[in-house]
Amino acid sequence: MAFEYAPAPESRSIVDIKPSYGLFIDGEFVDGRGASFKTVNPATEETLAEVAEASDADVDLAVRAARRAFRGWSRMSGKERAKYLFRIARIIQERGRELAVLESIDNGKPIKESRDVDVPIVAAHFFYYAGWADKLEHAGLGPNPQPIGVAGQVIPWNFPLMMLAWKVAPALACGNTVVLKPAETTPLTALLFAEICQQADLPPGVVNIVTGAGGTGQAVVSHPDVDKVAFTGSTEVGKAIARAVAGTDKKVTLELGGKAANIVFDDAPIDQAVDGIVSGIFFNQGHVCCAGSRLLVQESVAEEVLARLKRRMGTLRLGDPLDKNTDIGAINSREQLDRIRELSDIGEAEGAERWAVACDLPSSGFWFPPTVFTGVTQAHRIAREEVFGPVLSVLTFRTPAEAVEKANNTPYGLSAGVWTEKGSRILHMASQLRAGVVWANTFNKFDPASPFGGYKESGYGREGGRQGLAAYLKGAEA
Amino acid sequence: MPTTAPTDPAPGLAAYSEVTASEASLRRFLHGLPGVDQVGAEARAAGLGTRSIKTTAKAWALDLAIRMVDLTTLEGQDTPGKVRALASKALRPDPADPTCPSVAAVCVYGDLVGEVKAIVGDQVNVAAVATAFPSGRASMDVKLADTRDAVAAGADEIDMVIDRGAFLAGRYLQVFEEIVATREACVRPDGSHAHLKVIFETGELQTYDNVRRASWLAMLAGTDFIKTSTGKVQPAATLPVTLVMLEAVRDFREATGVQIGVKPAGGIRTAKDAIKYLVMVNEIAGDDWLDPDWFRFGASTLLNDLLMQRTKMTTGRYSGPDYFTLD
Repeated sequence: MAFEYAPAPESRSIVDIKPSYGLFIDGEFVDGRGASFKTVNPATEETLAEVAEASDADVDLAVRAARRAFRGWSRMSGKERAKYLFRIARIIQERGRELAVLESIDNGKPIKESRDVDVPIVAAHFFYYAGWADKLEHAGLGPNPQPIGVAGQVIPWNFPLMMLAWKVAPALACGNTVVLKPAETTPLTALLFAEICQQADLPPGVVNIVTGAGGTGQAVVSHPDVDKVAFTGSTEVGKAIARAVAGTDKKVTLELGGKAANIVFDDAPIDQAVDGIVSGIFFNQGHVCCAGSRLLVQESVAEEVLARLKRRMGTLRLGDPLDKNTDIGAINSREQLDRIRELSDIGEAEGAERWAVACDLPSSGFWFPPTVFTGVTQAHRIAREEVFGPVLSVLTFRTPAEAVEKANNTPYGLSAGVWTEKGSRILHMASQLRAGVVWANTFNKFDPASPFGGYKESGYGREGGRQGLAAYLKGAEA
Repeated sequence: MPTTAPTDPAPGLAAYSEVTASEASLRRFLHGLPGVDQVGAEARAAGLGTRSIKTTAKAWALDLAIRMVDLTTLEGQDTPGKVRALASKALRPDPADPTCPSVAAVCVYGDLVGEVKAIVGDQVNVAAVATAFPSGRASMDVKLADTRDAVAAGADEIDMVIDRGAFLAGRYLQVFEEIVATREACVRPDGSHAHLKVIFETGELQTYDNVRRASWLAMLAGTDFIKTSTGKVQPAATLPVTLVMLEAVRDFREATGVQIGVKPAGGIRTAKDAIKYLVMVNEIAGDDWLDPDWFRFGASTLLNDLLMQRTKMTTGRYSGPDYFTLD
């Protein structure tokens, strides 16, 4: 007797996707002057809409609008700015289902994640920073803190709306105005957010959204009248941005790649550790900069942990992102799918043992089954390079010292996980691991009150929490 | 000390004979089981609770849930009339629909077994609570006499309670031996035995680590089922407690080859809740447990909600509570 779950699709009738979208500049949707590009549903490859590709001139217009708006917005009392942010937060909650469905359609992530993780965190971020807007003097970042000016923000496709919230909410709370460029493959929720800004009567020019690809992003970060650059994305692009702004007086924060170690000790709560390994690497199809992509498991329990992990992976449901029972959605783009395939093939060629869940992949769209590589060493490329997909590399260790050594032996340093029932070991590991976030007996937990950011090639600056304010205030060091 | 099981012990269990040889070795074993992280276990249970079971899957799950119900009345005010009515309902939960399956068992106090048996015969099992239910506070002789009485009266299943005081005091071997002795008391003159369910009263054990230890303790002692609660203590059955028990039976079968059943009891009142449990059985223990032989719901009001939902699935509309029998 098998319990077959019948399809339980969330209705997409709640969202109204227009055939084409312009840019959001100075409080209005305007046609772009440049070309346009298509955004597709990665689960079906169906074209969702034509979106304007902002030219340098469009970006210039947006920055000018932001500059004009900065005068009023920065002088407005914090209490007044907070009202707008609270209003935006409430509208996000009210329109949560719409945002979640649109996010899943454009990004490919399962509706249970966009509904239960992304959108609630987005609203929480706006609520959290709304609360700071009138308390900046008490943030411990100096007396009479002042906003920086116009922030140019470039965000990735893995958490389109959440990354928007992480950038926009603190910037606005501190009195800055923003020009935001969403990722090329996932512009739609940012454009719906623009509509929410209109609905909230946000003064024109405080938030400007320019869609486009790398060229548009470059125009945003290198515009001479942009005072602050915030970027989340690949380390490669992050380095290019750092070079572009070198020698200018722009302030920069970068949140880049990662190759996090998820460390399981032999005294770990095994079943929960297995769940944590799964959510660490398969959450959001592994399109997570802080994903626990390297499992470091103590050799004495490696066999047992792997057997349990494979059994658990067998229960993951891959398919239609809008089905409420889907655990693993679509890979965001063909380009990303190609990269995941390429690195996985290299892993196999280098001698690691590949195991994937046996599941049927839909015939159209971009899909990759949850995959585990065993017999991986620090010398394998899949243990060193960020795959940004549902691919886990398993390494073993013998002692806590070896675990620390291996965990830190990476150019990245964004996050890490520690699984043990021994409290003292958690504290010791947290002090030894060079990673911005160390999760203990959990993984991929995000809260607006908690700062997030990396060591080394994972970037600099912190987002979230009181520390996240520093990136948007003059003279405050992150 | 009589530690030999009355019926043929499974060969997989033999490897564990040393574990239960002394208080010290049993304690070492139970305390050596991997811990349960409370936050993680509760998050996993809540996550499974968001599964959306619709249309054909829901119809299938509702019928299965009805077949898994141990229809229960355990009140001081129970009378022969009351339990006879309940027994009739167990046979034909929905008199208006002959396709509606019977429940798994009727669960009553030992003195009322005969009344139920007279109505249900061999069509539905009769379960009796025993061993000084619900507190388990009596001498061993009394507990065993209680069990033998119920078996002699024709009970097919015995739901015993453990001595939580002994468990919490760390006297694990005492609890183990009580289960072994009760299992022996379940043996009928013809050599067959009444199925034994061991109730932990998880609301009193409090921690998930304790629930996991109690599960292994009872399974090593030869129980057929492990059961969460008496229904007399809050909280009774919860999803995370049942999750930990399902993990235990899954791991136990992997280690010994012996399959043990699980029965959450108390507090499960809606069809929606019951379906969440079935999803959890499916994804934690596996579909081998999706059968009344291996999973039960100890409940009373749950049945009517299952029936209402079942009728709604076939007619497309909800009927009022007066269309279902109140017994």
